[in-house]
Amino acid sequence: MKALLIRDIRLAVRAGGGFGLGLAFFLIVVVMVPFAVGANSELLSRIAPGVLWIGALLACLLSLDRLLALDFEDGTLDLLATAPLPVEAALSIKALAHWITTGLPLVFAAPVLGVLMNLPLQGYGWLVLSLLLGTPALSVIGTFGAALTVGIKRGGLLLSLLVLPLYVPTLIFGAEAARRGATGADVSTPLLLMAGISAATVALMPFASAAVLRVNLR
Amino acid sequence: MSLWEYANPVKFLRLSERVLPVLWVLAISSVVVGLVWGFFFTPDDIRQGSTVKIIYIHVPAALMAINAWFMMLVASLIWLIRRHHVSALAAKAAAPVGVVMTLIALITGAIWGQPMWGTWWAWDPRLTSFLILFLFYLGYIALWEAIEDSDTAADLTSVLCLVGSVFAVLSRYAVNFWNQGLHQGTSVPVTTGQRSVADVFFVPLVVSMIGFGLLFLALVLYRTGTEIRIRRTKALLAREGRN
Amino acid sequence: MTLTVTDLTIARGGMPVLAGVSFTLMAGHALILRGPNGVGKTTLLRTIAGLQPALGGQVTGAEDQIAYAAHSDGLKAMLSVRENLIFWAEVFGQTDIAPALVAFDLCDLADRLAGTLSAGQKRRLGLARLLVTGRPIWVLDEPTVSLDVASVEMFGTAVRAHLKQGGMALIATHIDLGLLDAKVLDVSPFIARREVPLGSSDEAFL
Repeated sequence: MKALLIRDIRLAVRAGGGFGLGLAFFLIVVVMVPFAVGANSELLSRIAPGVLWIGALLACLLSLDRLLALDFEDGTLDLLATAPLPVEAALSIKALAHWITTGLPLVFAAPVLGVLMNLPLQGYGWLVLSLLLGTPALSVIGTFGAALTVGIKRGGLLLSLLVLPLYVPTLIFGAEAARRGATGADVSTPLLLMAGISAATVALMPFASAAVLRVNLR
Repeated sequence: MSLWEYANPVKFLRLSERVLPVLWVLAISSVVVGLVWGFFFTPDDIRQGSTVKIIYIHVPAALMAINAWFMMLVASLIWLIRRHHVSALAAKAAAPVGVVMTLIALITGAIWGQPMWGTWWAWDPRLTSFLILFLFYLGYIALWEAIEDSDTAADLTSVLCLVGSVFAVLSRYAVNFWNQGLHQGTSVPVTTGQRSVADVFFVPLVVSMIGFGLLFLALVLYRTGTEIRIRRTKALLAREGRN
Repeated sequence: MTLTVTDLTIARGGMPVLAGVSFTLMAGHALILRGPNGVGKTTLLRTIAGLQPALGGQVTGAEDQIAYAAHSDGLKAMLSVRENLIFWAEVFGQTDIAPALVAFDLCDLADRLAGTLSAGQKRRLGLARLLVTGRPIWVLDEPTVSLDVASVEMFGTAVRAHLKQGGMALIATHIDLGLLDAKVLDVSPFIARREVPLGSSDEAFL
């Protein structure tokens, strides 16, 4: 299991697609927002938590279609399916690798981009915490979407269509927690609900992902 | 004689051919009766005026939008557990009907909301939930269309339907939490028995709801029949094509 | 230890291609599958490896014993030869990759990225992967594609060594691998006739 994790991270780093691309995309999306809504710093600071959450979510989504498709094409998934590692475990590991290479860098980059968006000082801690707790759910749910569409040529667009509605609860609670944090309101309810969703999806989604991947490998 | 016998495609076709004519007549007549009664033979509401009459389309459509998804969920479960092909095809057949019902509910809601709330669209929890349901329908249909092998498609869409249902419920609560709404309470609460509409409006509404339900049933039976015939043609062609 | 295939019916795209395939493979033996293109050799091997379900019949003795190698080797261009092999070794709970490097003459290439190898060298790496799995039954689909004569010889030696240690090999191939006492199974007689029922999926609709 460790071997798979190390390999996936190593591949993400070497191919340049993992760390770099997701982060750059996050940066660009956030930078584009003031151009679209105007440079009013009051407005920006009000919408900052939501924009940063949407940016993180889209950056996560961007790398999902490579998560399994490359391994599907070169036969790795076939070989993994005949290996002693259960498919559920393999997919959990791949989701973890995706989180480490995509979600985690976003968490660290978010405060920097928060400066660009005039995020109020009290909001930084809660923004980072909400992203830290929420991005694992994004990776695990995304793995399910990737497993659903792995056999489909040009499945990228379909993947977005399938995965984004599943992201709704995480986004609502995560962005709400960050927003309440920024305005100094009580964040505990949305934060706890989101942590609950994260925990439940991390525990249960790999079973659904493995079920659909087995169908796709058939 | 077990219910599962109708899971055999040929038996199902024979049954649906006998049931459908009756069902069409019943469905169309009760929709027409419900709507005509509601539109022309009920008084205007004191506060809402004649705009309230859109309720006779809006509420039944919204009801069937949710019931259609629920029916797909049950059909998906039956396919995953018992591998009855009719069940998978019925789920496939129900999705476009469900999405049209959702769309009708959304559009009539907007038309009703304009004079009442002064806006076509508000990010009210109910409206938002229906919009999310609409997205789920789209994803589900797109997945069916994207996969060539029909058993693979049935498996994948069934799992998507199960997972989607869980997330749809989650989204419903999340959306409730996220924004308290404008929408009035449910018109026909099943559990409390306390109705917010008076009998003069309620009776034609029930007729209309029954009509929409029967219409949904007829459409799904008809479309399932079509799907079965497509599969049957493919199977026959495959048998002929073999050497 | 034995691999037993009994009355196996397999399907490709829902259409039965081979029916009633039966054979037994004992430890230390190899079986060569032959038959024209499209007859269903690949499907048969995938079914035996457990990658797709059979329409009928049984495969016994295959559970967690098979190392499968087909046209795509599951190699990553951005990893070195050594890293690729170590990865697969660890997935299968092994550690030692040196014998595999030696057997397929990859020692000099060990630190090159797999993406920079020639087609034949990649193929050798893909076959070396079999050695690091530690699995007794090799299921190989056209293993000698893009190998030169010397490499085919190398591969034959590796298979013979594997068999000598009590391993087994099930190989679909058209060329002579120099496995003198290997049995040959021509799958053409098993081509599914029209009477064979279609897959459960389509049969219900007739």
